[in-house]
Amino acid sequence: MADSALLTVPLDALHRSLGARMVDFAGYDMPVQYDGIIAEHLHCRAQAALFDVSHMGQAVLEGPDAAAALERVVTGDIRGLKPGRQRYTLLMNARGGIVDDLMVANLGDRLLLVLNAGRKDVDVAHIRAHLPETVVLTTQFDRALLALQGPEAGAVLAALAPDAAAMRFMDARETSASGIPVTITRSGYTGEDGFEIGLPAADAETLARALLADPRVKPAGLGARDSLRLEAGLPLYGNDIDETRDPISAGLGFAIGKTRKMGWDFLGGDAARAVHDAGPRERLVGLRADGRAPVRAGAELRDAAGQPVGRITSGTFGPSVNGPVALGYVRADCAADGSTLIAGLRGRDIGMTVVPLPFVPHRYHR
Amino acid sequence: MTEIRFSKDHEWIRLDGDVATVGITDHAQSALGDVVFVELPEAGRHVDAGEGCAVVESVKAASDVYAPLSGTVTEANGALADEPGMVNAQAESGAWFFRMTLDDRAAFDALLTADDYQAFLATL
Repeated sequence: MADSALLTVPLDALHRSLGARMVDFAGYDMPVQYDGIIAEHLHCRAQAALFDVSHMGQAVLEGPDAAAALERVVTGDIRGLKPGRQRYTLLMNARGGIVDDLMVANLGDRLLLVLNAGRKDVDVAHIRAHLPETVVLTTQFDRALLALQGPEAGAVLAALAPDAAAMRFMDARETSASGIPVTITRSGYTGEDGFEIGLPAADAETLARALLADPRVKPAGLGARDSLRLEAGLPLYGNDIDETRDPISAGLGFAIGKTRKMGWDFLGGDAARAVHDAGPRERLVGLRADGRAPVRAGAELRDAAGQPVGRITSGTFGPSVNGPVALGYVRADCAADGSTLIAGLRGRDIGMTVVPLPFVPHRYHR
Repeated sequence: MTEIRFSKDHEWIRLDGDVATVGITDHAQSALGDVVFVELPEAGRHVDAGEGCAVVESVKAASDVYAPLSGTVTEANGALADEPGMVNAQAESGAWFFRMTLDDRAAFDALLTADDYQAFLATL
């Protein structure tokens, strides 16, 4: 794609002034790194990192019984989601595959959805196709979204948005930060405590600069975001989950609400239930590689007899683990923790071990 | 006498007598980002110019390093296995990749001079 065709985020000028290296991600010109992925990653785990995730799609669902309407196409208990709370859920297709993974927050009079950048147009069309006429999905794709992540995020944000201090993991609030009207959720994609802050694009640079003025905060790009989420064992849509993968095989059964597992009355629910009842053929697992060379997406996994049993879907070097980390689908009988497998890497065999997720413990503010 | 040349694949080649030392340029390490793993050729291996003979892994991706000249590898820099970050910190000094004897000395002279390489970078 030519640069001229790339969409830009509201903080584009700020990224460039901070020395970001920009890359095409899902059609957006996005910062992949500033000082370096490892330094940004480690700073997020030690203090606080500011990510621009404005390429993600924010959308609002409104109308009588909006929650029930959304439940037709997602796995989560949305009717049971209390005002001021957020939930991770899965948007499903009729075959039991995952159209997207998304966050849903109950803001009292409406639901706020946060959609993956590369899927947001597909998601909106899919959701709208299943809505009654009285429920309306309105995109807010021009809104900015900042993610402040790390153990100091709470203290940093509370100085600008006092309401944030009392929030716990997966709380959602409409409040103000530095006088700017914002929507804050205490959640993220790093395994650390942190917040995602939705706000008008015109105010994004003001708030970003206010956050960066705190000496505990450094900017971080999509490179660190990816290594952080992989160490946290969080799947990436398009790599680890897609329309051919079901929630059970992906290890995301927790995203099917308890009440939803009684009726499985969501799109693709019968197919998902069949996998649940019979047990999945393959499972998404965490994998550690012997040595220091990262084993990356696409690498085939074999058993000791040399038979193919799976494939890596995400793999990188984990800076906090200080070694290679990967996610991949493996045949169910090879998916137990401690199972040893072999990956091919440049003609050599690399030993791989199935390990429990996450690679780095979550440190949410529960 | 020591002479240094560069390749359009962003390698530097220092010739000391009969032995050429090969590494990647500062431009290359900067473009790669944090290096986390380096795979080097074994001593005794013959490589042809343009042949992939080493791999640099950054957090994001693996990149091939191509032999800038034909010859026989005599030694690899074992320090890079323990400390791959040296490639970022000392690309054009301590973080050399391997040494080789050349099949054809004249091919060395045909590589880019430092000025040529700087001019080449300016076109990128």
